[in-house]
Amino acid sequence: MTDAGSPIGRRVFLGLIGAGAAGVLVGSRVQDFLASHTPKALSLLPLGDHFRFYTVTDGFPKRAPQDYRLTVKGLVERPFTMTYDELRAMPPTMLTKDFQCVTGWRVPGVHWTGVKLGDLLDKAGVQTAGKALRFTSFDGTYTESLTLAQARRNDVIVAYDLEGKPLSSDHGGPARLYVAPMYGYKSCKWLDGIEVVDHVIPGFWENEGYDVDGWVGLSNGRDDQPTSS
Amino acid sequence: MSAKTQRFPRFDRLERVVHWCNATLFLILLFTGASLYAGPLSTIVAHRHAVKTIHVYAGLLLPLPLLLGLLLPAGRQLRRDVGRFNRWTLDDRRWWSRRTRASAQLGKFNPGQKLNAVFVGASIVLMLATGSIMRWFEPFPNSIRTGATFVHDWVFIVLIFVIVGHIMFAFADFDSLRSMVRGWVPEQWARRERPRWWAEVVAARSEPEPSDGATGDVEAGRDEGVGKARVGAGEMPVGD
Repeated sequence: MTDAGSPIGRRVFLGLIGAGAAGVLVGSRVQDFLASHTPKALSLLPLGDHFRFYTVTDGFPKRAPQDYRLTVKGLVERPFTMTYDELRAMPPTMLTKDFQCVTGWRVPGVHWTGVKLGDLLDKAGVQTAGKALRFTSFDGTYTESLTLAQARRNDVIVAYDLEGKPLSSDHGGPARLYVAPMYGYKSCKWLDGIEVVDHVIPGFWENEGYDVDGWVGLSNGRDDQPTSS
Repeated sequence: MSAKTQRFPRFDRLERVVHWCNATLFLILLFTGASLYAGPLSTIVAHRHAVKTIHVYAGLLLPLPLLLGLLLPAGRQLRRDVGRFNRWTLDDRRWWSRRTRASAQLGKFNPGQKLNAVFVGASIVLMLATGSIMRWFEPFPNSIRTGATFVHDWVFIVLIFVIVGHIMFAFADFDSLRSMVRGWVPEQWARRERPRWWAEVVAARSEPEPSDGATGDVEAGRDEGVGKARVGAGEMPVGD
């Protein structure tokens, strides 16, 4: 007699499908647990707690710090263009906050250093007609927006250091916007221009369908924990 | 045995085409997926939009080779081999342990190959389902989107190890690897490595009128003009 065997292959197959379905249902909770109970050294594992690098153009724009310029213009009394060293010479602000992407990943406790956007606005002197900001990137494509009130929050900075090191090109260096209470797409990378305007002009990602007021947990149909109050 | 290598058919043309289509799609998906996933790679590849488009289309194509193969009339032997992946014998159980491995009379596939096939098959379903949720996410709540990404990421990690392992085992047994290219193994290999399968095929050959379905291997052999070896029943190593 030949041993026909048991249909274990089918059981394993269905078991894997079942485990996958369960993973879809409870994965977000498992991931939260794992992310808070595993050391950072394991961060390449799929725990949803590391940065994924997005660029809106074909490639990551590179600019050396000595070639970097930040311009503040528009409805201001004293428009200016500053160098990287001048930006770093301004009073620094440090923030340690979770970074939440609208696609779901969240990096806990990211340490940023930069200059308060409000300080840059004060330096330029916003005219009374100025109601909103338009940000441009030296990648030539990425744009973003904030209302003046949002821009003057203490947790909105032009960041130049990440985890104590100069911001790399992948992360949007030499300097980028960092809007702590909003989803990552609001934090315009490779920032080179800040223009004060009289109304909000939706930026690149807003034109792709994301909310203009991108508060974490209160927009884009998501209910994530707020990153900054 | 004669000194000349006797060709013993193992995979028919359809099975080989399905295998290499699958392999190509898997490699494209692993590479594009890795560059969407891993920071260092994604900054090198960078053309995220194009990479994403390739990944999505390759993913949608992924189930087709296997499905077509299973549905086409020419897929008789493939269907039969899928049935073999399902059935795990007592000899298969003996194979897992180094101590009893030598006494295991294996069929056409060893248990590792069966597990590999079952896992890859299940991963096609899982990756297609979770990938579709990730791509067309609008109707799904947050937790489902995150859960789908979680499963997609973990199956991806396991798949890397499974596929690297599959390729390493293939290169460790060159006769076996070449049979996925040219369709046959040396008959000595079949006798030595897969005695139960060898006996099955030989027994089926000596039947005067092969009945439909049960003799796919033999028919495939005739298609390719190989497999002329005849061995008496007395030489069959399987007695039970």
